[in-house]
Amino acid sequence: MSGMNHWENLPLWAGLPAALLLILGGGIALIGCLGLMRLPHFYQRIHGPAITITLGTSCILIASMLLFSAQATRPVVHELLITLFVLMTAPMVSMLIMRAAVHRELRKPPPNPPRAESAWNVYGDLAQRPSRTPEPPEMP
Amino acid sequence: MKRILPSPWLSLALYLTWLLLNQSLEAAHLLFGGMLAIVAPLLARPLQPHGYARIHRPLALLRLLGRASIEALRSCFNVSRIILFARPEGLNSQFIRIPLDMRSPHGLALLCGIINMTPGTVWVEVLPDPHELVLHVFDLHDAGWWIDTIKTHYERPLMAIFEGQTA
Repeated sequence: MSGMNHWENLPLWAGLPAALLLILGGGIALIGCLGLMRLPHFYQRIHGPAITITLGTSCILIASMLLFSAQATRPVVHELLITLFVLMTAPMVSMLIMRAAVHRELRKPPPNPPRAESAWNVYGDLAQRPSRTPEPPEMP
Repeated sequence: MKRILPSPWLSLALYLTWLLLNQSLEAAHLLFGGMLAIVAPLLARPLQPHGYARIHRPLALLRLLGRASIEALRSCFNVSRIILFARPEGLNSQFIRIPLDMRSPHGLALLCGIINMTPGTVWVEVLPDPHELVLHVFDLHDAGWWIDTIKTHYERPLMAIFEGQTA
């Protein structure tokens, strides 16, 4: 296994925490997927992968920084960029998916009898308005 | 100064991003990154309908991001616990409405980012009239607690940061 050679001299201070972080990150990602599978309603399922995005990716990226810094014997931190880009894009995606789901539900009539998880509970009194499209906010 | 560097923070962020991407402090990268940090914000200026954000209190921004990270970490474990051990029928997932005072589009964008990064809450939209935020909460216990937390811990610092009001 010549490919494994450069990992043999890995110091314990880097290898041990990195292994733990990888296990934790993988476990969190698994729990996120379990949530996606088990939760009954769409509005609940959207919360499952959120933990994968925050804690799962963070753990794996910190492990990566540790391992490659120890191997190259200099700080390797460009994983921070991955964190930055994930943190900038993931929230927008979940907002768009949520909005699409809510607007689809609001095209149908309100559930009868009323249900606790329905978006109609907060949008009901707005439904009579002519337009629900928000104006872009004014710059102060 | 204002005409060459419309947003010093954005330029600094671009500069650091460029150096991180190249993982080097060689003169060529330092020079090209500097050019990029000056030219890119000027070229992208017309794409920003509200202009670049003015950050009045950089330290308050750091403090806010720190608190939001801790909150995100805590919520991660809460959501994991609910997925693993709670019965899905017992979950109280609901939409709530939160009245907002903040108008700054940059502040609202950052609030959206923070709320969506925190597992267990998803931002839906800001209603125009009245100015209210629609939020979905994974396991709601007390709507008043959420309104209070978001208004005092997030909205007020954000208004101080982007609108320059005293917190």
